[in-house]
Amino acid sequence: MSDLDVINVINAVYVVAAALFIYGISGLRKPSTARSGNRMAAAGMLIAIVATLFDREIARFEFIIPAIAVGAVVGAWMARAVPMTGMPQMVAIFNATGGIASAIVALGELIRTNERPGGEVEVDSAVAIALGIAIGTVTLTGSLVAAGKLHGTINQNPVLLPARNVVTAGAGVVLVALGVVLVVAPDLTWVALGLAAAGLLLGVLLAIPIGGADMPVLVALFNSYSGLAAAATGFAIDNNLLIIAGSLVGASGLILTAIMCRAMNRSLVNVMFAGFGQTGVIVADQEQRPYRTVTTEDAATLLAYARSVVFVAGYGLAVAQAQHELRKLGDLLEGNGTTVRYGVHPVAGRMPGHMNVLLAEADVPYDQLYDLDDTNREFGQTEVALVVGANDVVNPQARTNPDSPIYGMPIMNVDEAQSVIVMKRTMASGFSGIDNDLFYMDRTSMLFGDARASLRSLVAEVEEIINDG
Amino acid sequence: MTATLITSLTIFVLALFVGYYVITKIPPTLHTPLMSGTNAISGIIILGALVVGGASEDTASEILGVVAVALASINVFGGFLVTERMLRMFKRRGGDPQRR
Repeated sequence: MSDLDVINVINAVYVVAAALFIYGISGLRKPSTARSGNRMAAAGMLIAIVATLFDREIARFEFIIPAIAVGAVVGAWMARAVPMTGMPQMVAIFNATGGIASAIVALGELIRTNERPGGEVEVDSAVAIALGIAIGTVTLTGSLVAAGKLHGTINQNPVLLPARNVVTAGAGVVLVALGVVLVVAPDLTWVALGLAAAGLLLGVLLAIPIGGADMPVLVALFNSYSGLAAAATGFAIDNNLLIIAGSLVGASGLILTAIMCRAMNRSLVNVMFAGFGQTGVIVADQEQRPYRTVTTEDAATLLAYARSVVFVAGYGLAVAQAQHELRKLGDLLEGNGTTVRYGVHPVAGRMPGHMNVLLAEADVPYDQLYDLDDTNREFGQTEVALVVGANDVVNPQARTNPDSPIYGMPIMNVDEAQSVIVMKRTMASGFSGIDNDLFYMDRTSMLFGDARASLRSLVAEVEEIINDG
Repeated sequence: MTATLITSLTIFVLALFVGYYVITKIPPTLHTPLMSGTNAISGIIILGALVVGGASEDTASEILGVVAVALASINVFGGFLVTERMLRMFKRRGGDPQRR
């Protein structure tokens, strides 16, 4: 085969791979087709890699093959070892590795073209290389800071440097300026290195002021960037599959970013530059309002005789490691003829969809998992809503109080259920520091205590009631 | 502007649209596997890394390429494997007889 034939065959394989990626991702529209979708995408990746190895430009295999092996071992080990609560950190680390790999390839392409006798980087390639380096380096350090914050190795609180927005803007200006210089004079390798350094700095500056509760947005945003970096590098080396796959990932991350922002009722600009805590944490009115408490026995009776129950599970459930206890309660009630649903708010976990994975891990069947809109449709016909480890996302102030900082945020309308049981340690307010009107409503009873211990005794009580039936 | 650039831009814009319509159909339940799955797909940069790392042209770019191959492989293998592991947990009601 001539070189041209080989290139055509490789490109034909890339088309098949692109189709497998798109079809594979669309498999994720249902849990029942998701696994085969994932495998299809993996098959696309495999054939693309194998085809690329036939590229005539690849002259030596003695380093790239071991490099694949090293990456495979590290990746496989991480995939096995990570606990489901640690998924957000792991995705953040993968964002980092993907982003920096793209930046490195862009830099390598620049150096290799410049070193070639008579080699000259075209203007459009230089733009793509600059973008690949800039996006990739920002993604690396930004994602590592995000991973550190999620893991607790870096202080979760927003680190607010003095004049930080000016400093960040300054770093951004330097980044753009170096990018422009690189496009004008792509033969200057040191400019590319300076651009990379500016990108690394900017990534830290962007991520460090963002607080723990906003991490889902940041992780989704860098997820998008890691794809866009690959797409930019695809432009630089004229590789269509890089462009297609990179823009799929870019689109996915951007959509998830938008979904998370909407669920928190904040704009991306607000998340990125406001610094959490400045947006208006109000001091709750000091007067003590009366609330009702309920004993475990009474709560169990209420649940055992209800025909329909919705569990609203927040991340506090996972913090208390009580998912299995909640699922046991759900199984018991369902075995007794109660309709049981699990309502999950989009911001319930530490990343998009996180709470659903944690519940699935505890063997909650996916057809019992309801998203925000579907859950809200059910509350009118729900006899008991049980709120565990959730606070701000069930606060009716979001609908009723225009002065509230969370006003307009989409919430779980648990206050529409006939009765509400809120499991909580104390009356302390939630992450945003806002008092929760739900706790003081007539139909609400508070069940104080550790979520896991309380659920365990609820399970025992309900079991007793059902057996005495 | 070269013809290649126009072709590339065409592909880029169309792929963004395809991405938009495919991704908006994915339910929130599967958003975490979606993110780890797209992590794997962004490992596609391995294709560029293989060429730069195996070209035997210039030592500096070759070293960069080899490093990028290793990093991208982490995404490819880690991403697909952890997605598979997560998706295996999603079961239908009564679908698993071993449920305790």
